[in-house]
Amino acid sequence: MLQSMAERISVEQVAHVARLSRLRLTGEELERFASQMAAVLDHAADVASLDLEQVLPTSHPLPLVNVLRADQPGPTLSQQEVLAAAPEAVDGRFSVPSILAEAP
Amino acid sequence: MSDVTTGSEWEVVVGLEVHVELRTATKLFCSCPNSFGDVPNTNVCPVCLGLPGSLPVLNSRAVEMAATVGLALNARVQPSRFHRKNYFYPDMPKDYQISQYDLPICAAGWLDLPDGHRVGVERAHLEEDTGKSTHLGGGGRLHGSDGSLVDYNRAGVPLVEVVSAPDIRSAEQARSYVAELRSILVATGVSDGRMEEGSLRVDANVSVRRRGGTLGTRCEIKNLNSLRSLGRAIEHDAARQVAVVESGRQVSQETRHWNEEGGHTVPLRSKEEAFDYRYFPEPDLVPVEPPGELLDRLASEMPPLPAERRRRLIDLASEGRQPSRAAEDQVATVVDLGLDDLVLGAASRGASTRLALARAANEAATDPSAARGLSVESFAKLVSMEDSGRLSATQAKAVLARMLGEGGSPEQIAASLGYEALDPSQLSAAVETVLATNGAEWQRFVDGDEKVAGFFVGQVMRVTGGKADGRAVRQVLAQRRLDSLAP
Repeated sequence: MLQSMAERISVEQVAHVARLSRLRLTGEELERFASQMAAVLDHAADVASLDLEQVLPTSHPLPLVNVLRADQPGPTLSQQEVLAAAPEAVDGRFSVPSILAEAP
Repeated sequence: MSDVTTGSEWEVVVGLEVHVELRTATKLFCSCPNSFGDVPNTNVCPVCLGLPGSLPVLNSRAVEMAATVGLALNARVQPSRFHRKNYFYPDMPKDYQISQYDLPICAAGWLDLPDGHRVGVERAHLEEDTGKSTHLGGGGRLHGSDGSLVDYNRAGVPLVEVVSAPDIRSAEQARSYVAELRSILVATGVSDGRMEEGSLRVDANVSVRRRGGTLGTRCEIKNLNSLRSLGRAIEHDAARQVAVVESGRQVSQETRHWNEEGGHTVPLRSKEEAFDYRYFPEPDLVPVEPPGELLDRLASEMPPLPAERRRRLIDLASEGRQPSRAAEDQVATVVDLGLDDLVLGAASRGASTRLALARAANEAATDPSAARGLSVESFAKLVSMEDSGRLSATQAKAVLARMLGEGGSPEQIAASLGYEALDPSQLSAAVETVLATNGAEWQRFVDGDEKVAGFFVGQVMRVTGGKADGRAVRQVLAQRRLDSLAP
């Protein structure tokens, strides 16, 4: 029988995902989210109790493929509109803090 | 070329990831123009800016081009889907890049290098390019700041990433692989092949092992903007890794940046840090399954690929004999620069293939774009004029240079440069003049010393101011000798 997901989601895993998502969580939040995420995964795990031998994996809920558009240029935003959302702009570009030790 | 692993117990193992910007009119998931060098942040819309509520729609031409790449690389073109690759660099405003993960559009192909070595192609998948970051150094140009400036014109431009198997064993092979791939991409029209503009970007996965041993830990090298950088970076990093292992330490898996000026690689970021991209299926896009009819059409429209074009030209130039190394090099140059139609066209109009090949590979190659604009008739005429002796080799080269620079017919240019061919009586007179003052040499020639012919050709050239054709002079000399020996 399946092991309960609740036992498999650790606080450390939640902290890892939070770090990847740039979320700063308190210890109390980590505990709370660990149990909530486990409950969500438990719910999804219910599906595994069904007999799905004959069912193909679903790659998308819509019964559609090849939704395409023609390679025709359309309207764009003006530079002012684009940079309106920038906290800071220099020379028509978004100015951002440097990240990690990136390429010089 | 020097290679740290040549003749040593060490072997370098390389796999390459080549990112190819597709020459579509628009981006991969929105209708913004796909254009290099425009004013920053002007080819941008809510979709590629990742604004809430916007939805991506796949570009049909990009799908066709990706499938064409797959067919050209002998790959399986298959039903595929898109994933989100999540990360937090400012070069993507969405905080993720739409890419393909478990089901790439092309899988399991190969590429044969000109030397016959086959390199596996594990996959070729569609993804969107990122924006362009300009990094301001510490102490920076702007207000002493330290940060980056981002232009999103490139964000969302369609890319095909071609991932090779780790089948490459030297820097030379790596360069050959990228050069051949580039030729194929240009021939099929999916890329302009301009590495200097970033249309083709290469990452190299490099590891070393003792010959026949198990694979070592690999490092991924980025910032390889030319074939030269690619070769140098592989040689340098292979040597570094050998030194690490021989000193008893272990190579750590990491991404390294090639520093072209310094000629070395430096660690960029620890792979573990950025390892978890949390791929998940892109919910806003449905799967893409290139239909069989599309693949049939693309296959039927496939132009001759470089390998076939080289073979065609080699066959024609070698006339059944073993082609010389020089001829092979000329053919490679001519095909690489897209001048093979010029040579084939000249040959089909009766011009000498050997001579057409030489003029294309040596002189026309100095200005390939002008050469591609030459009319086949004019080029064929030029080659025929040289072949018949109407122009000397030196004159033919000068006329071709003028044709490339200013245009015009070879006859007109030859006339304007004063390259009037000597008529037979002028040529005979010039030969007689030379013979009269070089009686001893003439006697040696009559006695069968063929080497003296070169001396006479040079002398005739001198008295005619270079207008004489060497072969015509030799013919006159041979006839003159026959006449003198006749009873």
